[in-house]
Amino acid sequence: MGGGGGAEPSAPQSGYNFAYLDEGTKRMIRRAILKAIAVPGYQVPFASREMPMPYGWGTGGVQVTAAILGRADVLKVIDQGADDTTNAVSIRRFFAKTSGVATTTRTTEATVIQTRHRIPETPLTEGQTLVYQVPIPEPLRFLEPRETETRQLHALAEYGAMHVKLYEDISRHGHIATTYAYPVEVAGRYVMDPSPTPKFDNPKMDDCPALQLFGAGRERRIYAVPPYTSVRSLDFEDHPFRVQDFTEPCALCGARGHYLDEVVTDDAGGRMYICSDTDICETRVAEAAR
Amino acid sequence: MTALLTFRDVAKSFTLHLRGGVVLPVVGDVGFTVEPGECVVLGGPSGAGKSSLLKMAYGNYRCDAGAILVRDGDAVIDVVRADPRVVLALRARVIAYVSQFLRVIPRVPALDVVEAAGREGGLDAEAALARAKDLLARLNLPERLWGLPPATFSGGEQQRVNIARGLIADRPLLLLDEPTASLDDRNRAVVAELVREKLKAGAGVLGIFHDSAMRDAVATRVVDVTHFAPRARAA
Amino acid sequence: MTSRTPLLSAHGLTKAYGNRLACAGIDLDVTEGEVLAIVGESGSGKSTLLSLLAGELAPDAGEVRYRMRDGQIRALAGLGPAELRRLMRTDWGFVRQDARQGLRMAVSAGGNVGERLMGMGERHYGRIRGQALDWLGRVEIEVGRVDDPPSQFSGGMRQRLQIARNLVTQPRLVLMDEPTSGLDVSVQARLLDLIRRLSAELGLAVIIVTHDLAVARLLSHRIAVMRAGRVIETGLTDRVLDDPEHAYTQLLVSSVLAA
Repeated sequence: MGGGGGAEPSAPQSGYNFAYLDEGTKRMIRRAILKAIAVPGYQVPFASREMPMPYGWGTGGVQVTAAILGRADVLKVIDQGADDTTNAVSIRRFFAKTSGVATTTRTTEATVIQTRHRIPETPLTEGQTLVYQVPIPEPLRFLEPRETETRQLHALAEYGAMHVKLYEDISRHGHIATTYAYPVEVAGRYVMDPSPTPKFDNPKMDDCPALQLFGAGRERRIYAVPPYTSVRSLDFEDHPFRVQDFTEPCALCGARGHYLDEVVTDDAGGRMYICSDTDICETRVAEAAR
Repeated sequence: MTALLTFRDVAKSFTLHLRGGVVLPVVGDVGFTVEPGECVVLGGPSGAGKSSLLKMAYGNYRCDAGAILVRDGDAVIDVVRADPRVVLALRARVIAYVSQFLRVIPRVPALDVVEAAGREGGLDAEAALARAKDLLARLNLPERLWGLPPATFSGGEQQRVNIARGLIADRPLLLLDEPTASLDDRNRAVVAELVREKLKAGAGVLGIFHDSAMRDAVATRVVDVTHFAPRARAA
Repeated sequence: MTSRTPLLSAHGLTKAYGNRLACAGIDLDVTEGEVLAIVGESGSGKSTLLSLLAGELAPDAGEVRYRMRDGQIRALAGLGPAELRRLMRTDWGFVRQDARQGLRMAVSAGGNVGERLMGMGERHYGRIRGQALDWLGRVEIEVGRVDDPPSQFSGGMRQRLQIARNLVTQPRLVLMDEPTSGLDVSVQARLLDLIRRLSAELGLAVIIVTHDLAVARLLSHRIAVMRAGRVIETGLTDRVLDDPEHAYTQLLVSSVLAA
């Protein structure tokens, strides 16, 4: 098994309910999830609990994961595509301790993947669930600070204002400069914030075989994209949606068509571009060495 | 055929609520007509109600009694009782009113003021502009003023803009309230000529002209307003 | 023109706040190409009336009827919220006294004008921008300011931008709440001229609420004088202002310099 973060199932630490949350809370969250799945892209309010981590560290995603996790699941946690950052490691350990489920860094092996700000490069499959950590679930927030009004706008599908933001981009930069949290329309109805993932990942959300769940802890909202649902990035006819291009391949695995991070390598301004998805990068490097 | 304008048993008074409801009678038992091609001049001393009669005919003042009938094609409309929209339509098509004072939105150039009045009176934009230029030229308004708002003009210049505005469209009934008061002889003669052209074309004019030269130049009949002095009423 | 059903008509509109009647049994109507001024002092109920007409407030009694684009007469209260809002952002305009309520202050002038088009489903940036530039020109805002936000505009420019933002969808009815108050006299004049010209050119029905009789005289065809929640005198604007019948109207007219 590759990757340093994987672990076999183990006995959960005593003193905690399975996956930390009590069963009543999990049922409440599952009901919210079911409603979210039934109304794709609609933000369902839920009674977010205090979690043993600060807001902004994924309290929403963790509660969703806790509510759906079963003993047979295999959990992967990534932060900006990486399995080995503090946030990813902490959450993975948290669930290993409180539920004893198996963990992995391999996208193909995971049944539940909790993510902050990326979608794995490896195509997801049926039966997998991707859980996003969401800081601000409301895509209309920047234009309309009143919650009562944004709810109305969603209810009546009044999304003209969403395009104002894109219009402003083009008039200022000559192109749509929004590169992350790029708004999408789900199943032809609700406009949704895909969380701060790069817009590079937006096409992966469309018609995806996996279930996608979004949890916002501080804002107490859960929303979902069921498998095989259309997810369309908003755009203009004469300024169609486009993902970022990377001119160079990954400096480590040589891949093209992956989302790359810029890494500064020395004090002299040296830099390299490498895959943000550590799993696929390491897998490709290992295969090349074989 | 009905007259262009008929005053029938018209009475008018002002009730001054701010002065304890005192009633100031203006005119009573007013009756006369204006036929096509006729220029009826209202005579009588100031204060006899001449201007009030013009304003009543224009629908600008209310009446206490009687009817003021204006012919609109085949229809006859009583300005006293007509709905505001009917009065507005009448002003757009039938009645032109030229007072001594130019009342316009500030900042609008003189030529535009006149041209807009032409369009409001039913001319197309091209004809309105051509006639506006022609009228201002005939009235000897220097061309350098055409592009300026009339607020800065002298009294005589403003009055000429006002006349051009009132006469540009082909309305069959003209109400003229001392339109030449601040004009010199040369321009007064131009206005007289313009009025005679309108009469020749079949329009009817009801006017007030204090200046006798002007009156003699255009009047076909004088109606003495003192005959309409209101009967004394118990206050 | 005279026999046509009015575009908008109010029947017996009544609204009370506690035991104070803000509007009492108001009837009025307005149709295309017509400017109706509602005048009165502050507290006379004219702003409440405007909110009732706009469907922002629900009346205690009475109703507002509107002739929809398909010719059907509908009661505003009978429209669903979605239908009502669609009407407001396509067929109606509302120019506010405070531009900050009528504009998005942080969004560029072009974005402000384009928003209603995008709300109607326009998804072509070039066309939206073209319309925005065209409308800025029509309201006499230098087209070079298209990418500046209204927070950088003067008061008069902000009001003109509000007008462009509202008229871009070619509404038939525009409500205006004291659109010229707080502006310098010369700026007011320019704005009045613009409103008058556009409403005539586009054949708009306009209901304008103002305490300024000079504004009413310059802009409106008909006028309704309000006092203590009631319309006490109504008719041709120049007739009401030059020969007012009601004692209160006489007081109102006599308290201002000749308009």
